[in-house]
Amino acid sequence: MKAAAFDYLRPAGLGEALALLATHKDDCKILAGGQSLVPAMNFRLARPAILIDINDLDELDYLRADADQLKIGALTRHAAFHRPVVEGPLGTLLAKVVRHIAHYPIRQRGTFAGSLSHADPASEWCLVATTLRAEMVAKSARGERVIAASDFFHGTFTTALEPDEILAEIRLPLMTPDWRVGFYEFSRRAGDFALGMAVAATRVEDGTIREARLAVGGVADRAIRLGLLEDQLVGKPASLAIIDAIAREARGMIEPNGDIHASPEYRRDLIAASVKRALTEALA
Amino acid sequence: MNWIGRRLPRLEDPALLKGGGSYVADRAAKAAAVSFVRSPVARGTIVDIEIPSDATVFTGRDLVDVKPIRPILHRPDYVAIGQPVLPIDRVSFCGQALAVVVADDAALAEDIAEQVFVDIDVADAIINFETALAPDATPVHPEAASNVLVEGRMKTQGLDKVFADAAEIVALDVRSHRQSAAPMENRGGLAEYDAGSGRVTLTASVQMPHMLRTGIADTLDMPESDLRVIAPDVGGGFGQKMSLFPEYVVLVWLARKLKRSVAWIEDRRENLLASAHSRDQAFSLRGAFAKDGRLLGLEADLRSNIGAFSCYPVTCGVEPLMAFAELPGPYDFAEYGVRSRGVTTNTCMMAPYRGVSRPTLTFSMERMMDVAAKRLGIDAAEIRRRNLIKAFPHRSPTGLVYDEGSYLQAMEVAIDAADLPAFRARQSALRTLGRYLGVGISVFSERTGYGTPAYAARGMDIVPGYEIVDCSMDPSGDVVLRIGSSPHGQGLKTSLAQLVSDELGIEPHRIRIISGDTDATPYGWGTFASRSMVIAGAASKLAAGKIAVKLKTIAATLMETSSDNIELKDGWARVSHSNQAMEIGALARAAYHQSHRFEGLLPGLHENAVYDPGGTFSNACHIAFVEVDIETAGVRVDRFLVVEDAGVLINPMIVDGQITGGVAQGIANALFEEIVYDDTGNLLTASFADYLPPTAAEIPEIEIMHMETVSPESVTKAKGVGEGGAIGAPAAVVNAICDALSPFGIELFELPATPQRIREALRRAGGASYA
Repeated sequence: MKAAAFDYLRPAGLGEALALLATHKDDCKILAGGQSLVPAMNFRLARPAILIDINDLDELDYLRADADQLKIGALTRHAAFHRPVVEGPLGTLLAKVVRHIAHYPIRQRGTFAGSLSHADPASEWCLVATTLRAEMVAKSARGERVIAASDFFHGTFTTALEPDEILAEIRLPLMTPDWRVGFYEFSRRAGDFALGMAVAATRVEDGTIREARLAVGGVADRAIRLGLLEDQLVGKPASLAIIDAIAREARGMIEPNGDIHASPEYRRDLIAASVKRALTEALA
Repeated sequence: MNWIGRRLPRLEDPALLKGGGSYVADRAAKAAAVSFVRSPVARGTIVDIEIPSDATVFTGRDLVDVKPIRPILHRPDYVAIGQPVLPIDRVSFCGQALAVVVADDAALAEDIAEQVFVDIDVADAIINFETALAPDATPVHPEAASNVLVEGRMKTQGLDKVFADAAEIVALDVRSHRQSAAPMENRGGLAEYDAGSGRVTLTASVQMPHMLRTGIADTLDMPESDLRVIAPDVGGGFGQKMSLFPEYVVLVWLARKLKRSVAWIEDRRENLLASAHSRDQAFSLRGAFAKDGRLLGLEADLRSNIGAFSCYPVTCGVEPLMAFAELPGPYDFAEYGVRSRGVTTNTCMMAPYRGVSRPTLTFSMERMMDVAAKRLGIDAAEIRRRNLIKAFPHRSPTGLVYDEGSYLQAMEVAIDAADLPAFRARQSALRTLGRYLGVGISVFSERTGYGTPAYAARGMDIVPGYEIVDCSMDPSGDVVLRIGSSPHGQGLKTSLAQLVSDELGIEPHRIRIISGDTDATPYGWGTFASRSMVIAGAASKLAAGKIAVKLKTIAATLMETSSDNIELKDGWARVSHSNQAMEIGALARAAYHQSHRFEGLLPGLHENAVYDPGGTFSNACHIAFVEVDIETAGVRVDRFLVVEDAGVLINPMIVDGQITGGVAQGIANALFEEIVYDDTGNLLTASFADYLPPTAAEIPEIEIMHMETVSPESVTKAKGVGEGGAIGAPAAVVNAICDALSPFGIELFELPATPQRIREALRRAGGASYA
C-alpha cells in the first residue's frame, strides 16, 4: 500500500500555484488536507504524476463573514467549525454537522474546500453546500468564476472544476436568527460515511413555514436538493403531519443506489427517517 | 505479600506506551522489500505469468522443490489437501499469492508487482454452501471426490425416542457470516540470512514460533537447526497468526536463495484478502423439549465453510469438529445427533479465531432457548435454570467431561445485577413512546487449557498441548523464565511473573520472561485456545516450585533448621517462629558459589517442568441491554454485563481486559463485521471502510463480576479466559434485539444483525413505518 511515484511541488503563493495548475492540468492533483487523496494514492486508485501542495498558501486560510455571506477559504480545516464560526443558525448548523465528519484527527487536516472538490456522494459538506445554495469561487490563471452549487456537483468524484482551476473560496449565505436548522445522519459507526442523511432549514412566522431548505445526501451520486418539497412546505403550518407527509414523499421521489451496507429499499427508509428527523429539529 | 490476585500494572506496558515496543516492521528497515502478486480471480488455470525484465520475481515454477503445506488428521472422514506455497497451475481463491517480488523498497516492489502480468483461464468459482454442496458440484480440489473435506457424525441411542415424545420441537436455521480476526498489526516477516552459519532468522508476527520453525523446515526440507524463529512484540493475533502461511515459507526460501535479508510487511488489504477468515457457518438445529422446558435431545446439521485450504497445523477440522463436540454447551441433556461438515470453497482459508465455532454454537443454543421459552410460555431465565448443568463432573453426550463450574450461580448473579423488574418497567414505558429496548441472556461454557489428549482425540497428526518451562535463578536472586508459550499482547509475562513471585517469594519485577525465540526457549505451542495461563502458568509454577524447594533446603542448611520451617516471602527466607532470616539473593549466591556445602543438591538453581493437562471448563453469563431504532434499524448497546467464572484470577485487571476485548469482538460479531464476496469470489470488503470493526464509540463500558470455582483440573487454580468474551456476546446482543422487537414477533438467526437485515425483518413483520 505505497503510492506510485509522483513529483511533489510546493508553491509559495496562489499565483505560482495557478501557474503550475495551468502547466500541468490533468497530470496534477492539489494536496490540501490529503485525507481522501492520500489513501486513494496509497491504494493506487489515484495516481497523479504531480502533487501541488497548497499548504503554504496562507492567503487561502481564512473564514470571513460579511453582510450576507460566510466566506470559507480553501485551507480552512474541518476542525475550524467545531465551534460556531458565525453567530446564528448557520454557525450552529456547521458546528452540528462537522462532528459527523470522520474522526477528530482527520478533521484537523481535512479541508472544507477539499471535501467539495473531492465530491464524495456521502460528504456532509457537499450536502450543506447543496442545501444552502452555496457559491463556489474557482480560480485559475485565466481568471475567476463563481459557480452555483446546483451546477458544481456533476456526480461521484466529479465537479464543474476545470483541470487548471482551484476551488479557492466557498460562500454560504448567512441565515437570519429566525431560521431554524436540523441535521440527521445515519452511519454504521461513528465517523463512517453516511448511508443516509438530511439537512433542513426553515423560517417560520406565526406557526406558518415561510421559507424552507431541504436536501438529502449519501443516497445517490451527489446530494439531492428536494426543491419540490421545499415548495410544498412553504405556507404550511409547522406540524407533525407535514413532517410525516414530506418524509414519505422524499422516500418515494428518490431512486437511491445500493451497496453491501444498504440496499436501495433500505436507503429509502433512511431517506424518510433522515428527512423526518432533520425537519423535526428544524421545526422544533 | 501475595502477588496472585493483585491488579498489578502490566510489566510490558511502559515500553509499549513509550514507543519502546519492537514489532516486525520496526526491525525490517534494512531488508529488501517483498511484495506478493495476488490472484485477481477466485478460480482458474494459470496460463502464463509474464515477468518484467531485470526484475527479481519468482513464481511457483521456481519453487517446484518446495513441498506443499499439507496438514493431516488421522480420520477416515478427512481428505488431506496440499496448499502449494506458490501455485503452478491452479488458482484457488481471490488473493492467493502467485508470484513474489523483491526490490529495494516497498513502493518499488509494488511498482514491479503491478507489471507482472498474470494470464488466468477463469473458471466459475464455488463460494457458498449452496454451490459447494450441490449434488453436481465440481470439486474445488480435483484430488477430493467432493467439497466435504472433513465430517463428524454421531447419534445417541435414544434420540429418536425423545423426539417422538417431545412436547415441543424447536427447529432453527442459523447463519453466521464470515469474519476476519482483524488484528491491529497485520502479518509480517523478516528473514535474515547469516553468511557465516548459513542459518536464517525469521522474525514474524506469529503466535506459534516453534510450530512455524517445524512447518517451514519440513516444507523446505531443511534442518530445523538452520532456522531460528522469533516472535517479537505481536500486535494481536486472536488465532489468525497461528497458521503456517505460504508467505513465511517464501521469505525463508528467498533469504536462502538470494543470501540476503528480505521483509514482507502485510497491508490491511492483503490481510483482509488473504490471511485467514472464520465463522462462515450454517447450522440447522432441532431441539426436543419436554412440556416443562427441559431439553431432551438435540439434532444438528452443521456446515462450516473452510475456504480453499486446510490450515496448518490445526487443519480445516478446527471449526467443524469443535462445533461437533461442543454444541451441547452448558446444558444437561443426554440425546444428541449431529453431522458436522467442513466444506471447501474458492475463498480465503478458514483458521481459528477467538472462540472457534463457539460464538456460532452459543448463538444457536441461546437463540433456541429463547424461542423455546416463548413457545412454552416460560421465562427466558427459567428455561435455562431447568437445563443448565448442576452436578459435576458432568459428562456431555459427546463424552467431554466438565469439571466444577457455576453455570446456574453465575446466571443468577448476573440476573440479580441486571435488575430485570426495573428494566421491564422502563421497557414498557418507553414502548408507548415508540422506543424499543431489549434485554438478552447468554450462558455458555468455555473449554480451556486442554493438553494433548484433546488434540489427539481429534486425530491430529501434530498433537499440541503441553508446555515446557525452564526456570533459573541467577546468583543475585533474579529469575529468568524461558517459556514455549508466546504472548501476542495479552500481558502473559505479567501474569506469569505474579505466579512465580508467590512461589519464590520475590517481587515480579525481578522475574524476566523470555518467549518467542526458538533459539532461547524450550519447544512449545505458543498462545491459542485459552491455554497460556493454565498450561504455561502451571509449568512455570511447577518449575519455580522446584527452585523453591532447593532454596528452602539451602536456607535450612545455612540456618540449621528443617526446610519445613522455611517460608519464602518478600525477598527473604524466614524461619517460622523465630527472628532468623536470610535474603533469597544470598541463598542463590550460595547455591552457585558454595554448592559444596549442600549435600545431595546439584549446583546452581536451574529447573524445568512440563505440564500437559486434560483441560478445565470456564463458564460465564452475559446480559446485553440494547435499544433498537425501528426507523433506521440502528442498534445501540446500552449496557453489557458479564459474570465470569475463570477460577482464581492471577491478575484481575488483565482478566478484565481479556473479557472486555473479547466482548468488543463479540459485539462486532453481533452487529458489525462481515466479510462479503460477490458471486464470482471477488472480495467486496477489502478495507476498514467496508469491513467494520467497531470503534470505542460503539462499545459500552463492560461491567464484569467474577465467580471463583476452584477446579482440581488446574494446578494454578486458574481457568482459561481468553475467548469467553467473544463466545457469549453475539447471543446476548441478538437475544436482546429480539426482545426489543418482540411486539413485532421478530426472531433473528443471522450474524451480524446489521441494520439492513433488521430493517428487512421489520418490513416483513409489518413494522415498517413507511411502507
